[in-house]
Amino acid sequence: MTTTLPLLLLMTSLLPAAVTFFLAQDSHILRNTLQLGGAVIKLGLIVWMLFAVATGATYEAEFPLAPGLVILLRIDALALLFISLSGALWLLTTIYAIAYFGTKAELSRFFGFFSLCVAATTGLALSGSLISFFIFFELLTLSTWPLVAHKQNKPSLAAAKVYFTYALPGSAALLWAIIWLESATGPVLFTEPPDLSGLDPAALRAIFALFIIGVGVKAALVPLHGWLPAAMAAPAPVSALLHAVAVVKAGAFGVVRIVYDVFGAENMTALGVGVPLAIVASVTIVWGSFRALQQDEIKKRLAFSTVSQVSYIVLGAALASPLAMIGGLVHLVHQGLMKITLFFCAGIYDERAGIKRIEGLNGMGKQMPWTSACFSIGAMGMIGLPPLAGFISKFYLGLGAMEAGAPWVLAVLLASTLLNAAYFLPLLYRLWFLPRAEDARGDERASGLVLPAVVTAAATLGVGLLAASPISPLGWATLIVTQGYGP
Amino acid sequence: MNLTVFALTGAALVGLGVYGLIARVHMLRRIMAFNLIGSGLFLFFGAAGARGVGLDPIPQALIITGIVVALSASALAVGLVVALARSSGTACLPDEAGDT
Amino acid sequence: MTALISWLVLPLFAALAAIALPSRARLPAALLGVGLTVVASIWLTIEVWNTGAVTVSLGGWRPPIGIALRADGLGAALGVMTALVMVAVALAARHELAAKVAGPRIGFGFWPLMLLLWAALNAVYVARDLFNLYVGLELITLTAVALVAISGKAAAIAAALRYLLFALAGSLLYLAGVVLTYAAHGTLDISLLAARTVAPGDALALGLMTAGLLVKTALFPFHVWLPPAHSAAPAPASALLSALVPKASLLILLRIWFEAMPELATPMTQSALASLGALAVIWGGVLALLQSRLKLIVAYSTVAQLGYIFLVFPLAGGDGAAQPWAAGAWTGAIFQMLAHGLAKAAMFLAAGIYIAAIGSDRLGDMRGLARALPMTGFAFALASITLLGLPPSAGFTAKYLMMTAAFASGQWAWALVPAGGGLLAAAYLYRPLSAIFARDTALTPRPIPWAWQTVPLVLAALSVALGLLSSIPFEFLQIGRPEQAAEGL
Repeated sequence: MTTTLPLLLLMTSLLPAAVTFFLAQDSHILRNTLQLGGAVIKLGLIVWMLFAVATGATYEAEFPLAPGLVILLRIDALALLFISLSGALWLLTTIYAIAYFGTKAELSRFFGFFSLCVAATTGLALSGSLISFFIFFELLTLSTWPLVAHKQNKPSLAAAKVYFTYALPGSAALLWAIIWLESATGPVLFTEPPDLSGLDPAALRAIFALFIIGVGVKAALVPLHGWLPAAMAAPAPVSALLHAVAVVKAGAFGVVRIVYDVFGAENMTALGVGVPLAIVASVTIVWGSFRALQQDEIKKRLAFSTVSQVSYIVLGAALASPLAMIGGLVHLVHQGLMKITLFFCAGIYDERAGIKRIEGLNGMGKQMPWTSACFSIGAMGMIGLPPLAGFISKFYLGLGAMEAGAPWVLAVLLASTLLNAAYFLPLLYRLWFLPRAEDARGDERASGLVLPAVVTAAATLGVGLLAASPISPLGWATLIVTQGYGP
Repeated sequence: MNLTVFALTGAALVGLGVYGLIARVHMLRRIMAFNLIGSGLFLFFGAAGARGVGLDPIPQALIITGIVVALSASALAVGLVVALARSSGTACLPDEAGDT
Repeated sequence: MTALISWLVLPLFAALAAIALPSRARLPAALLGVGLTVVASIWLTIEVWNTGAVTVSLGGWRPPIGIALRADGLGAALGVMTALVMVAVALAARHELAAKVAGPRIGFGFWPLMLLLWAALNAVYVARDLFNLYVGLELITLTAVALVAISGKAAAIAAALRYLLFALAGSLLYLAGVVLTYAAHGTLDISLLAARTVAPGDALALGLMTAGLLVKTALFPFHVWLPPAHSAAPAPASALLSALVPKASLLILLRIWFEAMPELATPMTQSALASLGALAVIWGGVLALLQSRLKLIVAYSTVAQLGYIFLVFPLAGGDGAAQPWAAGAWTGAIFQMLAHGLAKAAMFLAAGIYIAAIGSDRLGDMRGLARALPMTGFAFALASITLLGLPPSAGFTAKYLMMTAAFASGQWAWALVPAGGGLLAAAYLYRPLSAIFARDTALTPRPIPWAWQTVPLVLAALSVALGLLSSIPFEFLQIGRPEQAAEGL
């Protein structure tokens, strides 16, 4: 059982992907059954393992390729945190996507790559060694490209090209860093920190920088973030996946793995690379929010907001204090829940009312009450209003900053919160308080679209309210930090 | 002494062939040049094989094989030149000067 | 032993049969020959796997009087790759080069040429005698030139003649080196040469042989003949020319440097060879970027992809104590040969399908073809992943092994070549891919049989699978591996 479980987890997404590619366009029922079935089974497996891992069990599976190239799948608490997020949101996004696309063209191709993308994310979460991480990281790049380009019109093809232009040099940097490091230490496993004494500090700093550039492209760290706002040319379910579960999360997750499992907090402090990373994260947080303020398209505003919010996770990792790390890790889940809610809603506004720009939101609160309520919860969570999810993250990050002796971070958090409020509150004001334009029509007669948004909005509220419970994301993040990285 | 003459003649043939290969653009002349180089090498080979005590049969066997190979190559080349001349009206490669 | 001999002789007999038999029986005879040779090649591989390298002294005469043949892991692995490519090419050619479609000249000429080429390649993979290798090389050249010219078009004949000029020049250079070697040592057997006492003329002999082989491998700056020749041939022939033919001269290069005369290598010559390889990667990539026809892009990419393999000269043996494996760079170079062979054949066969469907391989005419021929588009994309060196393809395995060796031996600058070359490959392959996958639907391509469409897809999938299942081929390649592969030159 210990070796089959990681494999099963991977297969729940990989097999539907492999089969879906060969399905005819009109075999909707079979395709949807495969997709939903895979997602449900995966979620079941995850819940099963949550209980096992909480008591300290670990699962491991190994596939040797050439010597030195070993795919190692390993389930530890951190992997499980990421995988629970992606598993739960995969199911919801699938329901949403089925409703969103209806009977549009090229669905087998779309869902094939969609589940391949989730399989890559799963593999990434389960990776127990640097090289397996890299292999799934690349698989993720390759499988998201067709999703971004899905509409095959000029903007989405251009966006896909921009995505590749950023992603491939990023991968090259990552591979370079891995091989450089492993040439001195041998293959790096996440369970045992490598012995870094064979490399001089200057080389280690360069390797660290290359690692951060490599994963930073995916995590959309400024100035490597340009592809993300461009990628909003993709269909709404893809944006939801990209922003909440797959790509940017993979980048942020990579930062956490590299900081804690490859270098270790102590080495990072000794090398003096933690503070520069925290500064990059802070600049990204403020710059992303600032740019979001200038956008008039809803999806673009949300995209820049992602740039900003994902760097909270990076900031938490960079500060290298237990509380900050808890804040960062919990934000991995919280940001996912909140951002996916917002993208679900943006998609509904577009699909059911043709609203793409923020002026269109005027007075739609009464026309589309469920959607607008969910959108409002997501937005307020992002701002960090208690007791919503975002507040918990920011609170722990703030505590962690004090603990790490970096009070300037509080100023960053404050500035970011103000900016968040400045770009989200006007939207809420328009939704609920401004009069509706004469010709604006919208409805919510698509439960497949609205239901996932309601679930994630409720979760945004729930994880905040129940934060004290041990099975909440906060409880889980605390467990990870005390289990693995206790000071 | 005798052998040195053979070896030197072989070397001279190679030199002549290389000159022809570089200086001429007409394909038939180039094929001749290849044959000259080949013959020069075989002559040298034969001379080298006859040095030791008694006669070494291996070079002779190899030279015969080599001549057969060279003949096939020449035949194919001449066939291609004829086809080229039929289809393009010249026995030179397209981007090289048309003079012979 | 029987396996080895039948593996060499079967394609030869099949070629003769394809010429001599009445026209109705030709195709079945050729296909039967293909099938039997595949069986022989599997048989040989199993034998090598079970008992180690298989050595045969022809007629019971041992070197230096007789001639030895030896199938080691390297030779047998190339043999399997060749068999896979040959089967795929045969299956595609059944449709593409049938006499009804391509005319009686191609319909008749292709099969014996393909089978002769196969026999010659197999002979080169196992020959242990420098002169035997020369004869094999010449046979390859003659069949390859004929394959280029087979369409009879003026441009194809000119390209074939130019190819022949370069190839003959290369052969003569190689032959001159062989003659000098024999004059100095009285033997041409690779194993006996390895044990010789070094003579002053050896460096010149090795230099001449190397120069000749570089011309035949189309290493920069001797590459000018390759793109016109490979793109002028019909697509299945191009697949053979690009995927297999340069591998033969590369293999001989590895044999003479790593097995016959390893002690002559100096840091300077190693760097010089690798630098030419690096220049080939850059130059081939840049020129591929400038082409507007698919077959030319793919042909220039061959120039670039062959360049990586030359990094093996400085990098072999570069796996420091930190690594759990030896001979990483050497094995990586061979993985690159195998991966490139499979992926490149897949690409040319895909190009052949496109040409059959719309009568052109200009990128501008190919827009939106993935809609009508999705499997072919997918095949091209998969093959691109291998050429880009992205995981989990075998191209990545090769790149990873070489980069690791570069770092472990402190020559990290060489690692820039695969890293940068991958990005360049992404740039030049993005153009055909984005054309094929564009949305335009104005095209009405001719229908292509389903069985034909699967051929390049299977080949491309194999090039990825070779990476996923690389542990077994990795071990196989160590059978009969020369010491210098692990210790470095």
